[in-house]
Formats: sequence, C-alpha cells, structure tokens
Amino acid sequence: MSDELPAGVERRQFDGEERLATRGEPVYGEPTNEGWRAWNPNRSKLGAMLELGMETGLAGGDDEMVLYLGAASGTTVSHVADVAGPTYAVEFAPRPARDLLEAADSRPRLFPLLADARKPERYAHVVECDVDAIVQDVATRGQARVALENARFLADDGRLVLAVKARSEDVTREPGDVFADVRDELSEGYEVLEYRRLDDYHADHLGIVARPR
Amino acid sequence: MTADSPAEAGWFAGLEPDDPEAAAAAIAEETAPDPADWPKLAVEAGFANDAKEYYDRLKEATTAATREAVERAERADDRQLVHAVRTMDDCQRTANELAERLAEWAGTIDPDAGAGVDYARELVADDDADRDGGVDHPRIVSLAERVVALADEAEALREYVERETPTVAPNLAALAGPVLAARLISLAGGLEPLAKKPSGTVQVLGAEDALFAHLRGHASSPKHGIIYTHDAVRGTHPDERGSAARAVAGKLSIAARVDHYSGERKPELEAELEERIETIQSRTDDGEGGESGGDDE
Repeated sequence: MSDELPAGVERRQFDGEERLATRGEPVYGEPTNEGWRAWNPNRSKLGAMLELGMETGLAGGDDEMVLYLGAASGTTVSHVADVAGPTYAVEFAPRPARDLLEAADSRPRLFPLLADARKPERYAHVVECDVDAIVQDVATRGQARVALENARFLADDGRLVLAVKARSEDVTREPGDVFADVRDELSEGYEVLEYRRLDDYHADHLGIVARPR
Repeated sequence: MTADSPAEAGWFAGLEPDDPEAAAAAIAEETAPDPADWPKLAVEAGFANDAKEYYDRLKEATTAATREAVERAERADDRQLVHAVRTMDDCQRTANELAERLAEWAGTIDPDAGAGVDYARELVADDDADRDGGVDHPRIVSLAERVVALADEAEALREYVERETPTVAPNLAALAGPVLAARLISLAGGLEPLAKKPSGTVQVLGAEDALFAHLRGHASSPKHGIIYTHDAVRGTHPDERGSAARAVAGKLSIAARVDHYSGERKPELEAELEERIETIQSRTDDGEGGESGGDDE
C-alpha cells in the first residue's frame, strides 16, 4: 500500500467524506469543493487503482506526458489532464468523443484523437515518442496486444498503467484465467511490476502497472 | 519517414502554421509508422516558434479534426435509417405486386410467361437484345422495366442500410445484423424509443396483430415478432423458440440502450448471446429439455 499520490491529486473533503480529487472544471457531474473535483473510483479504473494504493508511477506536473488509450467520454482522462502535462486522449467511438471534446475544452494540453488504439500508425504522426505513461482502458479483445503495439510511444523508464476488462476478452472464461493470459502475453514487451483486482469498484477488472523491457 | 528529414512524417509536415483546416485534415488522414519528438522537430522545421506554440496549434488541430468526425457521425442519424428501411420494404413490396400483375398480363400474350421479378428481368433483357419470341407489346415491356427498376432500387437501399446502420447503432447492428437492426429501429420509431422499450416489447415488435389478438383474449401470446428473422431464433427448435426469442430480445434491448446512451462498442454482448443460445439449443439437441425450468414459462 502506497500513500504516494501523483502531484496534483489530493484527498479532500466532500460532504464530510474524504475523497480523491484534482483541480479543474467538472466533467461528469462530480461534486466540487473550492475548485477541487472529486475523482469517483467507481467510474474510473485509474481512480480505483489510486484509491487501492497501487504504485502507478504517475508523478503529475507540467512536464509529464501521457498517452491515454480508450478515453471514452473523458471521465478519467480529464483528471489525468488536470495533473499532467501534454495528454493525448485516443478514443475510437464518435459518440463518446463528443463528451470528450467538452472535457478537453477547458484543458489546453488535452489533445483529443479519434482513432483506433489497435492501429497506432494512425496517430503516430501526432503523438510524440517517449511519453512518461500510457494509461489504457479499452474494452476490446486483445487488450495485451494493444498495450504491446503502443509500447513504441513509451519512454524506457515510462510506465504502462492498464485496466484489463475480463469480459471484453472472453465472457465465458473465469476472469482469473483471462488475467493470467493477459499478464503472460504482456511479458513479451513489458515487465509487470504490480497487479491487483479492482473488484471493490469494478467487477472482473484487473489493474496492472508495468514497465517496458 | 525519410532519413534526411524525419519531420516529413509529422502531421505538421508541409503545413502553413495558420491553416487550421489543412491541419485538421492532416491529423485525421495522415499516418506514420513510428512516433518521434514532434514538438522539437516542428520547432526545427519552423512550424512553431517554441514548444508552447506547437502545443497550442496541436490543440487547435486535434480539436477541429475530432469535432468534424463527431459531427459527421451525428449526421448519420436514425431518422435517415427509418426512412431508408421503410422505403426499401415499400419498393420490394411494390415490385412484387407489379410483377404479379405483369405475369398475369403477359400470360395473355405469351403462354410461356414466367412469374415474379425474375421474369420481368427476362422480358427486359429480351427486349434489349431485340430477340424474337418475347412479348412484343410496348406497354408490357415498359411495365417490366418499372418492376426491374423498383427491385434494383430496393437492393440499393439495402446496401445503404447495411452501410449506415453500424454507424448509427454499432452494437445493435453487430448483434442483429444491419437490416434487422434497422427494422427494429423503424418499428419502434427511432433508436431512442427502442432503447426505452422493455425487452418483452422488443420481442414482439412486428407481431402487433397477434399481440392484440392475444390481449383481446382469443389467442396465445406471440413468441416473437420481427426478431424471428434472427438466426438464433429461426435456427432453434420450435419448442425452444420462445426461450431463444426472449434471450435475443434481451440482448438486443441492451445493445440498443448502449448504442443510444453511450455509443461505445461492447463486443462481449455478442459472446454472451452466443453462449445463451448454445445452452438453449442444446436442450433440444440432447433430445429433451434437461435444464432446470427456472428460465422457462
């Protein structure tokens, strides 16, 4: 259990309850308090990983560059952009991308990209190399493959922060078996530093932190 | 990426700094095999004075590109689909009706007259080739041309529906097939009304006559409406079709809701349905309904 939160993420009081929070414009109707917005771990896998004390390696600060895969409507990536520097948000589906645009509106270093995370060459002409962290939360089959394909963006000492959804890989198999396979496949290009079930907040999800080999 | 100028592969290559439209197009359409230190290269290439200005331009270009793609997707709305699928059915029905009339009329002149749209195609082909032995009656040939044109229009509309449905309702189209998905949207009157219907209603959409006969009290309740055309329903033994229809309708309702409210793809829905249908079909494959009756009527 680590108490090291990225710079810019703090525990603040909301209605008498201590919750993770970042500074920025609210995005999804979360409670705010003096410019801080609560980070709901039930709606954000990265939020859940931080809440569970996982060592994500995210440092925060204007120099930190992040590639976020599977940004959806921008719930989590808005918090990331609140604390990090240049943040590239890749999302495949146009409908949620509309909300993502709104979240990006008030965040000058959040770059929305409508592209398929399984095809990095479609955005490698935009996303720079040596990013400090890749945060991945894509609901598709082959989540380990996506992480491996995108390793080209990551700095040698960077971190992959991955939320694996068992039901996207194979609904019929035991989540535990699916997670073991994903970790195994991931080891082709990454060294897994830590992993943990997120069941307290997200059923059948595994949080993984890894670094490139 | 060429060796002498790595910046050539960046999105900003060849762009004027103050041409946001071209920049958005480059973001959306260009590719590169590998990333590079784009901010540094862009400054070196004179696209921006410093990293800050580069990021400001990048922000502007990515926002414009994404906004354009989002708006394009939203123009492909469910109203268009409803009209297209209804027109498709009208064209098909009218073509068949006129083909019947054509067969009747042509039969008075040519005792070997065939039937249906295929016969209309034959007549038109014969006339085009100026072959003897066909039906030499300008009004009948002209009618045959109308029939063929209508049938072709129905086919073109089907292609349109097959192309557009996955954009409007990706999950529903994947689960039901684009044409059935469009029919369900059309019967419900739109994607939103479909998303708001309980799955029991989705199950009998298109079987309104049977449903009201049942509600008036002189018929059994319909097991399925238009979803009968789904392979999972049609391919199931009649004894278990009610169960299959219920399972299919349940997943289709979820798919419609995901499509309407979030728009994200959920591939696991397909796998879940497949698994459920396998269970249902195995009951009859084994020769008897061995599974516990918890899910049955």
